Amino acid sequence: MTIVKLDLDTFPKLLMHHAEERGDRPAIREKSRGIWRTVTWRELAEEASALAAAVSARGLQRGAHVALLGDNRPRLYAAMCAAHMLGAVAVPLYQDSAVDEIASSIASAKVTHVFAENQEQVDKLLEILPRCPTVQCIVYDKDRGMRHYTQRELVSYDSLLQQGRQLAVEKHDFLRAQAARCSGGDSALLFFTSGATGPAKGVVLTHAALIDRARVAASLGQLKDTDVAMAYLPPGWIGQILFGYVQPMVVGYCICCPESSDTMLADMREMGPTYFLATPRVLETLAKQVSLRMEEAGGFNQRLYRSCMAVGRRVAARTLAGERLSIGDRLASMASDLLIRGPLRDVLGMSRVRVAYTAGDAVDPDLLMFFRALGINLKQLYGSTETGFFVALQRDGAIRPDTVGLPVDGVELKMTPQREVLVRSPGLFREYHGDAARTAEAMNADGWFHTGDAGELGPDGQLRIVDRMADVGALKDGTPFAPRLLESKLKFVPYIREAVAFGDGRDMVCALIDIEMAATSRWADRQNISYTGHADLASRDEVYALIADCIAAMNAQLASDPALASSQIQRFLILDKELSADDGVLTRTGKLRRDVIAARYRASVDAMYDGRTEVRVEPGSGEQAADAKIRDAKVVTSAHTRRAA
Amino acid sequence: MTISVQSSILQSAQRAFPFGPPILELSSISLRFGGVHALTNISFDVLEHEIRAIIGPNGAGKSSMLNVINGIYAPQEGSITFRGERLSEMKPTHAASLGIARTFQNIALFRGMSVLDNIMAGRKLHMHASFLEVALQLPRARREETENRAAVEEIIEFLEIEHIRKTPVARLPYGLQKRVELGRALAAEPTILLLDEPMAGMNIEEKQDMCRFILDVNDHYGTTIVLIEHDMGVVMDISDRVVVLDYGKKIGDGTPDEVRSDQNVIDAYLGVPH
Repeated sequence: MTIVKLDLDTFPKLLMHHAEERGDRPAIREKSRGIWRTVTWRELAEEASALAAAVSARGLQRGAHVALLGDNRPRLYAAMCAAHMLGAVAVPLYQDSAVDEIASSIASAKVTHVFAENQEQVDKLLEILPRCPTVQCIVYDKDRGMRHYTQRELVSYDSLLQQGRQLAVEKHDFLRAQAARCSGGDSALLFFTSGATGPAKGVVLTHAALIDRARVAASLGQLKDTDVAMAYLPPGWIGQILFGYVQPMVVGYCICCPESSDTMLADMREMGPTYFLATPRVLETLAKQVSLRMEEAGGFNQRLYRSCMAVGRRVAARTLAGERLSIGDRLASMASDLLIRGPLRDVLGMSRVRVAYTAGDAVDPDLLMFFRALGINLKQLYGSTETGFFVALQRDGAIRPDTVGLPVDGVELKMTPQREVLVRSPGLFREYHGDAARTAEAMNADGWFHTGDAGELGPDGQLRIVDRMADVGALKDGTPFAPRLLESKLKFVPYIREAVAFGDGRDMVCALIDIEMAATSRWADRQNISYTGHADLASRDEVYALIADCIAAMNAQLASDPALASSQIQRFLILDKELSADDGVLTRTGKLRRDVIAARYRASVDAMYDGRTEVRVEPGSGEQAADAKIRDAKVVTSAHTRRAA
Repeated sequence: MTISVQSSILQSAQRAFPFGPPILELSSISLRFGGVHALTNISFDVLEHEIRAIIGPNGAGKSSMLNVINGIYAPQEGSITFRGERLSEMKPTHAASLGIARTFQNIALFRGMSVLDNIMAGRKLHMHASFLEVALQLPRARREETENRAAVEEIIEFLEIEHIRKTPVARLPYGLQKRVELGRALAAEPTILLLDEPMAGMNIEEKQDMCRFILDVNDHYGTTIVLIEHDMGVVMDISDRVVVLDYGKKIGDGTPDEVRSDQNVIDAYLGVPH
């Protein structure tokens, strides 16, 4: 394991260290024009210094904010290094954000310099420029289509770098001094949290907090500088920055930027990452792709796949339970690995993965077990932007699929009587940017942060997260109700992309279902069902029957657990278009914004509870009203409820 | 239907490649198939770096016109002048060597080959190594392969088709196949690009994409473009000048605005009361 010396407490110091220690080793790889191109640590440090020299000549001050707007590219990370060298705070934004979201982030952080990837991002920035007078300089990377732009704020990355290379020589001492002035307690990054509740908040994290958390996690994962990770999640999310910037800085491993999101799977297969972070959404997509393609495979292949995966599941479950494997199991496991599981891992680009985490949202235990059955060491990780991301994670040899594992070193956990999880850790955020009142509300004087998550700490020290505090409720009869668990179970069904469960204060549980178009349309093709589009397919009785079957199967599973038996989904409605972040019903990380959804689909939800079988949906302006159907799902009366009755 | 394109490119006074002298002049072209007069006494010119459209109703002679420029048909009368050099008759191979590349109305790609290989085929004129050199992988063949691959990768990036680089063409949807065909024509680094109905059969989104790529090609590489299209909306939005044909005769020529208000053109498209 190679974790660098502890006195290196800021990113510029770490970067210089790597440039000297492992200057010729790769820091970032990028696939561009079909070829993987490498940036070594020495080149990265040199490019960052040149950039720093040039942007400081363009007026970047210590403590100022630099926004980064684009996909994962070596240049985005070089810009981040440059900002940190000058003691500025980097503000990575979601590259697919709408203009208004970007405007409010930039205005609230008083950003002075922006690094934008391409013309698309520059267009957004120019549109908001009148609203954001603090912006002095916009640096763009790709110059395609930029020839016609003459705004004086604009400068191309290439020309900036060229200026910087000349300046860097004469400013060498200045840059050294700037980098040395930086201390661990300085603010390093500002993330705008997805804002599942209310508007986005700017979370400020220091160099020391991030580096501390990354060190702890690196030693738990036994990371080495020969490890490789893919940089493919949005840079606006703390998880990507931790795995793509902070941890590489601490350990010295290499990240790989795929050519585009469309080529991610193929690129990942070429690079064979050893360290992998995924959101539940990514894992769901992968698992659905696999099951979809398997369903289309011929009879023999399909049977082989099913039996091999069954062996994988059994072996994974036994291993997790700490049981010894019989010789028969071992042989079956080896055979299934040779026939199906190994090749499948290879297709998914995961044959070299040593440590994989899923984070960012609740993950269904079945989904986790799917990957573990494949032979991938996928573990849950719990944390949020405010808590420096690493709060708890599952440990090898002590993995329980329904928990998020044990707290990591330095983290103290406490439960309030209302079961809210409180965290105290060296990785906590410093403040909500420019909002002392909110900071004080979230973090008390003793340094305990209110996560807003409801959970339980088991006797074995394992943390189980139930749901968001705000979403935990109870049915009319008093049975506790947590929607997230139901939704993540629903989303594991290949035909369901997104689901919203309702039940708080009601006498039964109902759900809005958003179908997965790719899978459902293929299913429809096989059934010879013709349809004109998403809305038409979603309203088909055949599709309702399909979803009803899936929900019935899930209800049967729920019925076997006395605590969940009354959370069975009784009625459902299929939405005629997909839930999307652009409509404001999801956050940029894909979490549900329940208040917005509840308001927008009030009529549909009321109709489900009124016992109606049809509802007229009046959507936003400019769209036609449509009828949506409501259907009942089969509910299983469990032994538990029967006894109660 | 309206297709929105970036107006800054169209109206910009500072074009990256300002119009040059006529690069291609067609004078008094007449083409007959037996007794059928496909083209009658047609003359027009194409300026360097402009986007020139040929429009007209079905059977107006648009494709015949393109085939004459391309050298597939030899006209009975008239002459073609390319860069001041008078050519009595053009041959397809000669046209290619002069730097005239084209796409086809009915996609003509190698269906079983990958996107990459298809576009690589467009580099034919830039490959000089002999069969033996390639077979033995001698230095010149290897160097050329690398250079050509780099050029092809630039086009793949330009047309945003990285994700289908290795996919066989037959498996692609129609809109993407059209884009690959454009890529293969671009691979020849043409001075004039002939596009035969580049947007036929596409949905609105695909048309918008194609419009953007055509404008980008013209803006980025300075390629002169001659295109045939019967979708008036598209043509008026992206071309600098338009020739209108009807029954093999030229009935209009000028900027989109001039052509739009020309009574002959209106009659040809909307019909005249008899």
